Amino acid sequence: MTGRASLSLSPGLPDTIMELVNQALTGNRRALARLISQIENDGALVAQALAEIFARTGRARVIGVTGAPGTGKSTLVSEIAKAYRRTGQTVGIVAVDPTSPFSGGAILGDRIRMRDLAGDPGVFIRSMATRGSLGGLARATADVTKILDAAGYDIILIETVGAGQSEVDIARTADTTIVVEAPGLGDEVQAIKAGILEIADVFVVNKADREGAANTVRALEAMLDLGTAPRATQSAHHGVTINVEPVSRNSESEPAWRPPILQTVALEGKGIDRVIEAITRHQQHLANGEGEVRRRARLAAELEVILRETLLRRLMAGLAPTDVTAMVDRIFKRELDPYTAAQQLLAQQA
Amino acid sequence: MDKKIRILIAKPGLDGHDRGAKVIARALRDAGMEVIYTGLRQTPEMVVESALQEDVNAVGLSILSGAHMTLLPRIVELLKANHLADVLVFAGGIIPDEDIPALKAAGIRGVFGPGANTDDVVRFIREEVERQSDTETR
Repeated sequence: MTGRASLSLSPGLPDTIMELVNQALTGNRRALARLISQIENDGALVAQALAEIFARTGRARVIGVTGAPGTGKSTLVSEIAKAYRRTGQTVGIVAVDPTSPFSGGAILGDRIRMRDLAGDPGVFIRSMATRGSLGGLARATADVTKILDAAGYDIILIETVGAGQSEVDIARTADTTIVVEAPGLGDEVQAIKAGILEIADVFVVNKADREGAANTVRALEAMLDLGTAPRATQSAHHGVTINVEPVSRNSESEPAWRPPILQTVALEGKGIDRVIEAITRHQQHLANGEGEVRRRARLAAELEVILRETLLRRLMAGLAPTDVTAMVDRIFKRELDPYTAAQQLLAQQA
Repeated sequence: MDKKIRILIAKPGLDGHDRGAKVIARALRDAGMEVIYTGLRQTPEMVVESALQEDVNAVGLSILSGAHMTLLPRIVELLKANHLADVLVFAGGIIPDEDIPALKAAGIRGVFGPGANTDDVVRFIREEVERQSDTETR
């Protein structure tokens, strides 16, 4: 696919991807919205466009907000956006909600809590369905973040689906990850389980006016006191990983980052200033070296995903659909195991 | 290709009852569509801005307050002004039969009152959106 591929777009929008990108990057919000749809619908079609804009990315600060359903992520995102708007910075928001595994449909309701941001030309909000991705984000989220970055948004806020324990993709997409907790959701054992708590750069205990907030803070403090595992610079996502040479760090090792635990009542805008301050401090910490380590790890993970998709697409292009169906039949009849079948399909293609 | 029909369901105006809107949102979700639900008390400007940012195929407006003759044509007008004339607009809620011809003339392509069958709404949207994309490719 090339960037010159013709699109069937609506009246008033350009009919090539590159022209759509140009308009999106020069402030045409409708072109931006349509480009995001194109990325969601067919990543391959826009690959060349993304390649061309990549050099213009990397300027925005990307902040992820994750946590269990009902902890107040959308309200918190809205309040954080308002705080940045008061300083004159523009804000792009990507809010992800789950796709129904049964119908393929979705109800995307995050805008309900972002009503205060309506009518502000310095804010662009996009709701996104996961469309089958399981890591808490949609496949297209990282690419959409790049587009918003290249379009000049200073701050990009990504809200994940209501996440439980293993939806940790956000840590590979955001510079700073905020994990939102609310009182009364679990005991200390929940707090020492692996997963989402380990990716926090900032903890927010929201709904802090409710009973049990102090206990939640205490459980998180106790967890942090046990020490945190060193953050891996590579991701073991699907069993295979790309090994990246670790970059040399400054010899004067800076102190490790301890995630602050902040209390907010997002609905009343309470405690938001301290969240912004913590984000700023974390970004300064990243600037001292760790940010580079993380960005390299992120790029390695991204390269791996693209390689995987490209290889699979190339393989499938060389096979007739009937080849695959025939193989599934043989596996179904237990004539063949899936591992050998995969090897045979690969050999057939070569 | 993983193309989905995207729909904005909005409640313009001041009434605070969104049960009908939620029933429709749920039915469209179950039909495999992506439904962006905006919540209560949206101004026409807010509805149109959301439709633009979300790049929707259709906007469904639920209105029970009696202000439909003012708010619905205003939303169609604003959509046109924002180059979103190709977005399908339909409405539901408490809308007297005698108002429907005027609303259709104003560009509201479907009106679904209480007791409307959700299957009919789904079929209506599918047909209209398909027709829209047919004319676009030409």
